[in-house]
Amino acid sequence: MHNPTNVFPSGTNRELTATAPQALRGSFRRTFFPLMISRIAAGFPSPADDYVEKQIDLNTHLIQHKEATFILRVSGWSMRDVGIFDGDEIIVDRAITPSDGKIVVAAINGELTVKRLRRVGESVHLLAENPDFPVIVLKEGEELCIWGVVTRVLHSV
Amino acid sequence: MPIVLIDANNFYVSCERVFRPDLEGKPVVVLSNNDGCVVARSAEVKALGIAMGVPWFQIKKLAQKEGIIALSSNYTLYADMSQRMMTILSDFSPIQEVYSIDECFLDLQGFAPEQCRQIGQTARQRIRQWLGLPVGVGIAPTKTLAKLANHLAKKQPKYAGVCVWEEIPEQKQAKILQQLPVTEVWGIGRQWGKRLQDIGILTVWDLQNADPRPMRQRFSILMERMIRELRGESCIAMEEVAPPKQEIQSSRSFGRPVKTIEELGEAISLYIVRATSKLRRQNSVAAALRVYIRTNPFQNHLPQYQAARTVVLSQASQDTRIFLHAGKLALTQMYREGFAYAKAGVHLLEISSAQSVQADLFGDMEAKKRANQLMATLDQINARFGRNVLQPGVAGLQETRSWEMKRGNKSPAYTTQWKELARVKVE
Repeated sequence: MHNPTNVFPSGTNRELTATAPQALRGSFRRTFFPLMISRIAAGFPSPADDYVEKQIDLNTHLIQHKEATFILRVSGWSMRDVGIFDGDEIIVDRAITPSDGKIVVAAINGELTVKRLRRVGESVHLLAENPDFPVIVLKEGEELCIWGVVTRVLHSV
Repeated sequence: MPIVLIDANNFYVSCERVFRPDLEGKPVVVLSNNDGCVVARSAEVKALGIAMGVPWFQIKKLAQKEGIIALSSNYTLYADMSQRMMTILSDFSPIQEVYSIDECFLDLQGFAPEQCRQIGQTARQRIRQWLGLPVGVGIAPTKTLAKLANHLAKKQPKYAGVCVWEEIPEQKQAKILQQLPVTEVWGIGRQWGKRLQDIGILTVWDLQNADPRPMRQRFSILMERMIRELRGESCIAMEEVAPPKQEIQSSRSFGRPVKTIEELGEAISLYIVRATSKLRRQNSVAAALRVYIRTNPFQNHLPQYQAARTVVLSQASQDTRIFLHAGKLALTQMYREGFAYAKAGVHLLEISSAQSVQADLFGDMEAKKRANQLMATLDQINARFGRNVLQPGVAGLQETRSWEMKRGNKSPAYTTQWKELARVKVE
């Protein structure tokens, strides 16, 4: 019986059907191929070859959007209770849209600072994570400039 | 085939402002090497009528009065931000031509004007959010028109940063072109501008309506192409890979007057080291070296002297040592005592691909091979441990190089050095 969905006559190579269009460039630019570590020898291959994986890469682990990511150095203690200490480095991803509850870098009065972003009703609060520091409540008409979203802290122990 | 031209507004100043939000809305200039001239101006500074390229000392008084903030150039930062910007934009089209540090063309073949507008807006928004840089977007059927559209996108607030040439009604287009001086056309410099003026071509409109054939005879084929491009006929192709540079130079003004031949020699040697490493990076060889020295022409109460010498090599090379030798030869020939030298520079000339080098009849192939290995090792060590970690002794030691240029007010290398990361106050 004739099958209307099959455009290829039977016997042709099915592998040739078109695949979905794909971006020529995108987030796939860097690809790692695992290397086989043992030399090819006449004897038995290394039993470890099947288990070879790529090495751990901190960049891919810590950074989601390479081009939009910046590292800044913290000075001060107002975010102590979420584990951001004086002298730490923070990873900031500007490609992430800031939303309620995120820890952000904000420009306040021309200075960069780190706070937790909170939406309370109609207004926006910037919270410190240390009871010794006050909450900043944005009044109507005051412009808030969020510089980026903090994704990680690099803290040496 | 719509072409998009995206470029950053006041790129250097904008890069500085990303890490210094306090500079937002204030008049800011970035100065060239050695804090000599203005190389970037914020909108506030442009509004004061300060021109591009003016020597800093000429506007120092005005700057003080107007509260202009002057920063030394931080090319490390600008290069990193540029690279990020170009990579982000490469996601919008497989065909990209990076035209300069802060602008690139994208080919949006097959997209309708309306779709192009959306792509342009997304690209603009993304650069703004991801990098904090403001950009303008011009979209048109040819590169030359895209440049003009980009100009409109920046100058006229109603386009909100994105101008699609084909969406402008024809009558309006004509009106715009009638108001733009012909020197706004990409590729028309002051010289051609003057010659065009002489034959009555004052505006872009005049040029668009000039007969391309006689214009080609009068000027050159480039002129014909420009006219055709202005008429919407694409004549200038996208260049995706930058062609290797035909001339490499390295020159700097000194931080203080230099008098002795020893110090001049140190400076010239350092420039040769830099230029030859650039030469090897693009896998080229050079067959001649030009060296020049000069005093400061702005200090005309002091005795003035300038000189240049060109040394032609017996065979094209990329070996730093050969050029150092040639540089020393040139300097001893032209050096005169009793002058306060302000600047020196070197040019590598007659550049060609290293692959196409002819063998020297009298050359020692073994020695050449060893030289190549030595240079490759030098480059590798410097790539791994930082620029100028290892270099020939004649270039002097960094610590004692007191003649090096002033960069009094340079911002930190925020994005490339752990020691210089931007600081956030968490108080």
